Amino acid sequence: MTDVLFILFAVVAVGGGVGVVTGRSPVASLLFMVATLASLAGIYVLFEAHFLAAIQVLVYAGAIMVLFLFVIMLLNLGHDYRADLKYGSWFLLSLVVVGLTAGVLVQGLMGTGETGLRAGGAEVAAAIDAAVVEKGAVGVIADPLFTDWVVAFELMGLLLLVAIVAAVVLAKPRERPEGK
Amino acid sequence: MLTPALLVSALLFVIGTLGVIVRKNAIIIFLCIELQLNAVNLAFVALSRYTGIEGQLYVFFVMTVAAAEAAVGLAIIISIFRHYETVSVDKFNLLKW
Repeated sequence: MTDVLFILFAVVAVGGGVGVVTGRSPVASLLFMVATLASLAGIYVLFEAHFLAAIQVLVYAGAIMVLFLFVIMLLNLGHDYRADLKYGSWFLLSLVVVGLTAGVLVQGLMGTGETGLRAGGAEVAAAIDAAVVEKGAVGVIADPLFTDWVVAFELMGLLLLVAIVAAVVLAKPRERPEGK
Repeated sequence: MLTPALLVSALLFVIGTLGVIVRKNAIIIFLCIELQLNAVNLAFVALSRYTGIEGQLYVFFVMTVAAAEAAVGLAIIISIFRHYETVSVDKFNLLKW
């Protein structure tokens, strides 16, 4: 059952990714992206990361994608129904880069390190499952977040504050000088 | 289930890279960068079953950074659109030589 669900979610995620790249209108690409994000949330659930699945749907598929949609509609970009691909040397370059990246990733991810991971994997997974039962799906993330990682967490808050200020300053219309 | 998840992650990352290179629309390029971030998130979540809960914390941080990046990036796109009336990246050539 888990394997069937994983294959289903994986196919939707990869298909959505292809749709993002080949989509003819920006809105279509965005909706493909939402499908990808939702199926990634499903995969997170299969890996027992329930809290991440929830914030993936709420923050990513909800908030960030709506922000993109808002900008597309604000700039009135939904009408150019043509795939604006770069051709010629750019396309060849992209094939080379993609081939090299795929080769490196497959070699790195499928390579020798995994047998070492699998050896200690079972008890780590069991420990995480026990912690989820004991503290709950949110508590298992929140406990290290507010103890060992609290500095990083506070810096994240600072980063978001800076991002808000930067977004407001950048998107604000330029004020014309007096007398013009 | 680790190997298939890492394979899906690699595939999504490569698709995102392809999109960043071949598309001209700045908003689609941003979407493809988000796709790459999500591919890495998937690898983090899959590996967290083997290395501990920290992998899920990294995903949490990556999502926060992605939100900040999307806000600033879209503000830049709005600012550029005001100036050039387009979001096609081959029209922005001020820094090209």
